[in-house]
Amino acid sequence: MFSEIRRNPLLILFFILGMVIVGYIIAALSHMLYSQLVLHPGEFIAVIKDPVVLQSIWLTLYTSFIGTVIAVILGIPLAYILARYEFHGKDIIEAIVDIPIIIPHTVAGIALFSLLMRRGAVGMAFSKLGIVFQDNMWGIVMAMFFVSCPFFVGTAREGFKSVNPNLERVARTLGASHWESFYQIALPLTFRHIFSGAIMSWARGISEFGAIIIIAYYPMIASTLILARFNTNGLQGSQPIAVLLIMVCFVTFVVLRLISKRGGKR
Amino acid sequence: MIRVENVSNNWGEFSLKDISLNIKEDEYFIILGPTGAGKTLLLEIIAGLHFPKEGKVLIKGNDVTFLNPEKRGLGFVYQDFALFPHLNVKKNIEYGLKLRKVPEEEREKKVTELVNLLKIKHLLSRNTTTLSGGEKQKVALARALAINPKIILMDEPFSALDENTKSKLISDMKELHNKGGITFVHVTHSQEEAILLADRIGIMMGGTIVQVGTPDDIFYKPITREIAKFVKIENIWEGKVLDKNQDEMTIDVNGKKIVALPDHFKVGDGVRLIIRPEDILLGKGNTSARNEFNGKVLSVVKHGFYYIVRIDCGFEVEAAVTKQSIENLCIKEGKDINIFFKATALQVIKR
Repeated sequence: MFSEIRRNPLLILFFILGMVIVGYIIAALSHMLYSQLVLHPGEFIAVIKDPVVLQSIWLTLYTSFIGTVIAVILGIPLAYILARYEFHGKDIIEAIVDIPIIIPHTVAGIALFSLLMRRGAVGMAFSKLGIVFQDNMWGIVMAMFFVSCPFFVGTAREGFKSVNPNLERVARTLGASHWESFYQIALPLTFRHIFSGAIMSWARGISEFGAIIIIAYYPMIASTLILARFNTNGLQGSQPIAVLLIMVCFVTFVVLRLISKRGGKR
Repeated sequence: MIRVENVSNNWGEFSLKDISLNIKEDEYFIILGPTGAGKTLLLEIIAGLHFPKEGKVLIKGNDVTFLNPEKRGLGFVYQDFALFPHLNVKKNIEYGLKLRKVPEEEREKKVTELVNLLKIKHLLSRNTTTLSGGEKQKVALARALAINPKIILMDEPFSALDENTKSKLISDMKELHNKGGITFVHVTHSQEEAILLADRIGIMMGGTIVQVGTPDDIFYKPITREIAKFVKIENIWEGKVLDKNQDEMTIDVNGKKIVALPDHFKVGDGVRLIIRPEDILLGKGNTSARNEFNGKVLSVVKHGFYYIVRIDCGFEVEAAVTKQSIENLCIKEGKDINIFFKATALQVIKR
């Protein structure tokens, strides 16, 4: 690859331009990591021991995980239908599923708040069942689910599209019901897409902030805590938490990527 | 065994129009037609993978039009073989048996029987993605045979294979069919496969079955000009019935008089004459052929193991000739030559 680049001016140009993106991301993160871990390690260690911080990071990972589980359970059927069948209005449904990606996060937050708040159409019904969204963990889950489900559905849909439909047809002729042909043939062959879609959905959930503070400022997820600390204690108070969050997320995603690679090799 | 009654379906570019077929028990039936004729769709309707908009499908006299595919017990082999990539060869073959909850011992027995029959025992633990085309095809066939189907449907089963593998598999298929007990319905665009395997052929064009008959019927007596063209007959002459008696019918083609067997046509009717290039003889006299004309050779083109000679005798004739005849008769462009053909070899259809 590199020897090829040397003889190709276009590749050299593209390589330089591409490296700007990579460099920008590295610069932003490494500067923060360096100033925190090397210049001010004491504050970082204090943060690691702070139960409020650990609680907020755990809450972030946990709520996003639940949001992803919901996206997987509801998203697989939708992805399968969108991949396998042609019908009137399919374009509209696909566009609707992508809406959470395009609208501003605060707009999503306002929309969800009016739906899920205690006096909201859905919020009222659920509050009778004892589930409250406003300023509650479930509100965070629902906001994360809302913004991350398009990523899961899109990836899973591409996965189902990549499975030859004749495989399921043959399974049917061999005696499999539609359900059996789905979970014995289509589903295992889409595993890798489903797994990586779930990782993306989880990551998207963790990174959500705008919609969450509108529907549930409390309990505080990591991003909310970082903002609160920034407003009261400035960079000094907020940066250590940011660094810890980055490290936790980075390690988790690397591990998950490795698992998904191994899973896909079967 | 299989009856298709007035089946129609309309899916934009793939539409079936009023298809009726009657496939007999133990028959090797080939649905032959150009690409895009709707052959696969028809096969999938027989399998229950699609339901027709109109019409009925009957298997052994039972109406199965809307019966789910898993309840039909038919074997299906696709052009791309559709082997399950996450299962090895053995698990592919026994997939249908597992669904039927056949005990392991019996499954083993059946798998062994099939791999011995198809000579693929050495592949059992292999990953399906590493197999050659011919091996994949045999595994797909073994998987279909495992459920003891009375009917096997095959969609272009040989078109993804090289010539040698293909001809070996064709003889395997013949052997399998000769054992009896299985009705084969095989979709293809290859006339070679149809000639080699079919008991009967249904010609499918533009979403409908246009002719059903034995290979001889189809290749020598096509009933329309389009079918004749499709089975590679270039000798299609337009003419008019001049005279007709009990023994023969005289047809005028560009001023030449051609003798054919009498048919239901009347004097004055416009007709088309169709004759295979192999039925045109070249040379000098002494045959019993009732039609003899003199013409000039337009071209000689090599065509595999034989030559196609085009001759102008007032109407254009195409003859298939062996290399030996070309040499013996010194056939070359511009040469005068006599052609002969029998009245019985002519197929007369309405214009």
